[in-house]
Amino acid sequence: MKIDHSLPLEYSTEENKLKILGFWVFLGAEIVLFSTLFAVYFTLQNNIGNGPGGSHIFELTPVMIETIVLLSSSFTIGLGIHAMRLGNKKAMMTFFGITLFLGLGFLGVEIMEFFTYVHEGATMQTSAFLSALFTLLGTHGAHVTFGLLWGGAILLQVKKRGLTPETANKSFIFSLYWHFLDVVWIFIFSFVYMKGMM
Amino acid sequence: MKWDEFFVTGEPMIYAAMVSIVLVSIAIPAGLTYFKKWGYLWREWLTTVDHKKIGVMYIIAALLMLFRGGVDALLMRAQTAVPNNGLLDGQHYNEIFTTHGIIMILFMAMPFIIGLMNVVVPLQIGARDVAFPRLNAVSFWLFFFGAMLLNISFVIGGSPDAGWSAYFPLASLEFSPTVGNNYYSLALQIAGIGTLMTGINFLVTILKMRAPGMKLMKMPMFTWSILITSVIIIFAFPVLTVALALMMLDRQFGTQFFAMQNGGMDMLWANLFWVWGHPEVYIVILPAFGIYSEIIATFARKNLYGYKSMVYSMVVISLLSFLVWVHHFYTMGHGVMVNSVFSITTMAISVPTGVKIFNWLFTLRRGKISFTTPMLYALAFIPIFTIGGVTGVMLAMASADYQYHNTMFLVAHFHYVLIPGTVFGVIAGFHYWFPKVFGFKLNERLGKWAFWFIAISFNITFFPLFILGLNGMTRRMYTYSESTGYGPLNMLSMVGAVGLTIGFILLVYNIYWSTRYQPREVTGDPWDARSLEWSTPSPVPEYNFAKTPVVDKLDAFWFAKKEGKSLTEEGDYEPIHMPNNNGQPFIMGVAFFFFGFFMVFSWWLPAIIAGMFILGTMAYRTFEQDHGHYVTVEEIERTENALRGEKK
Repeated sequence: MKIDHSLPLEYSTEENKLKILGFWVFLGAEIVLFSTLFAVYFTLQNNIGNGPGGSHIFELTPVMIETIVLLSSSFTIGLGIHAMRLGNKKAMMTFFGITLFLGLGFLGVEIMEFFTYVHEGATMQTSAFLSALFTLLGTHGAHVTFGLLWGGAILLQVKKRGLTPETANKSFIFSLYWHFLDVVWIFIFSFVYMKGMM
Repeated sequence: MKWDEFFVTGEPMIYAAMVSIVLVSIAIPAGLTYFKKWGYLWREWLTTVDHKKIGVMYIIAALLMLFRGGVDALLMRAQTAVPNNGLLDGQHYNEIFTTHGIIMILFMAMPFIIGLMNVVVPLQIGARDVAFPRLNAVSFWLFFFGAMLLNISFVIGGSPDAGWSAYFPLASLEFSPTVGNNYYSLALQIAGIGTLMTGINFLVTILKMRAPGMKLMKMPMFTWSILITSVIIIFAFPVLTVALALMMLDRQFGTQFFAMQNGGMDMLWANLFWVWGHPEVYIVILPAFGIYSEIIATFARKNLYGYKSMVYSMVVISLLSFLVWVHHFYTMGHGVMVNSVFSITTMAISVPTGVKIFNWLFTLRRGKISFTTPMLYALAFIPIFTIGGVTGVMLAMASADYQYHNTMFLVAHFHYVLIPGTVFGVIAGFHYWFPKVFGFKLNERLGKWAFWFIAISFNITFFPLFILGLNGMTRRMYTYSESTGYGPLNMLSMVGAVGLTIGFILLVYNIYWSTRYQPREVTGDPWDARSLEWSTPSPVPEYNFAKTPVVDKLDAFWFAKKEGKSLTEEGDYEPIHMPNNNGQPFIMGVAFFFFGFFMVFSWWLPAIIAGMFILGTMAYRTFEQDHGHYVTVEEIERTENALRGEKK
């Protein structure tokens, strides 16, 4: 394996470069996936049937907490990658740990939010609007859950093997994924919650 | 659920199918044990990450599915051959036309094309494998087990029966209460994820792994077509993923997306399906265009006419393919404005397609044409496909479409596009690249017999359907009365279908015959062809290129041959880094199969266990450390000398 030392660790081998490009392309497909879910949501957002509409069930407080927590986690994973580039394994692991912890917090609040909706009689089966809402939020939430497992696995590898071209590559790709989830959340926050509350 | 609901019962044909499935599943392990081939199968095929072997497996699976879908087609033609026929009942007929559509598009045409691109693309660009060999194996096994999942629906639980487009509300739980459409949503989902991964894999491969000097505009046309196809796959398949997930949620979790009440919108399904479905048509046709471009240039002994316009027209087709989906349901009430817009975009597609047709004709003009089997398919494609294209323009006119919609005219049209386009294309490519993979040509005489049977019978089968459609026969009707007068033409079509069957049997017999008797091919370039794959020995060694070729123009291999130059630089061999084989993709595929099966029957606990197992295989993969292996210089020398007959 040829290692090019003039490049950051995550780009240092041919295989690593391919993987990063491949993941960018995969994120392109993910954008299409979420765009489709948004399109479905926008199509159905006023089809509330006999169920409640967005303005009845959306609450600002949990949504603000989720947003702040997730945006901060995007910042901390950025710091983690910065630490990785400096070769500081301990700082990198700390920031990744904080990121995953914040992700867990986000997920906890989101699950509580779902429970509240269901408690208020707004279930996934109530109306097309709610089906679309739960599917969109749920898909994002499932991505975060998968990210927690994946990020945890990477953290263990960094702990065991240190910062190698391989682990650095995985960590960097994971950071791309995490930022992407943040971007999706910004759209959810603006076009689902803010628009729904107005 | 009771056992008599679990297995499909009450039909002699289904019992026969069950018996044959049981016999085959006993015969395969018995044969493997008898010939002591278990180890060989596992080491050489099930665990392989070699793009050529994966390609071969795709093509074998596609041929099997061609026969499965072909039997469906024969049954349909047999049922409608005479008025008031009682061969099949309505339900059985519904299942058969549905699975025929799904299998032919998703499990025959797609894997055949993906198989060919697996074999050919890395060789054409001078690469040693695809960008992600392991992911490539995952793609294959997801496709394979997705296809198997759909196929067992025939005997277990019942097949999907709402048409391959599975329109709501017909496909909803209320109107299709069997598990058939659960199979649809899950089997297609599993195979579709595999296809999406293939798209990503080949896009990166083509963008990043071309031989030194091969600029984008110096790539062979087939590689170009795959590059564009990969982009379409990446943009189209996530839409299918969402559509199928919503379908599953609606049918199995009680959501209201496509429901008739509580704000659901059944037309949403039609839109989502065709936003994927129309680009899908171009996913299967553009690679075939690429194949024809290679074959026509090779056998006309000329460089491809209008290379740049070929590329641009494919790009334009790929863009337009996302802008025409509404033409599949003009009659479902969108109003004049919407229909007009989609009418215009649809007709616009015929412009770049026409450019391509003329480019092929100009390539042929004054060429020294040799009429080999692949070339015959390419030559037959041009006029037959043009009939399909012209009737397509007729259908594109929204107001006229009200007459054609849902009639046999439409059925005739898309068979006239897909069979000469895709099926002839992949068969031509199959004959063309066969010697590269196996080291001998398919027999030309048998190949030409098969060609004439297929080409003539195709027209006998499908041309009558145009007339039947104009006479008012609708598609998907399982029988008709004698007074309609549809009888004779349907009988003619049946005769054609028998001819097609003979043609395809000849084609497969040719593989058997050629394997036994055809002389081995030693040059590596049996057709005197133009692109890089022909610079390798046949069959291609595991590492493809002993030395990476250096390219300076389009068809560099052709010019190097004419000028007696070498495409590689002087110097000794270097050790080659190759990926290791691994069984994890196969195991993952099996896990997906069980996950899908349990989901179909809503057996949640087993489904959750299978899902956890899938996550487990992913975890295994991320913790695994696999740095591949090196092929040593001595081994390269040995292989090259053996394959090239002692010359360096």
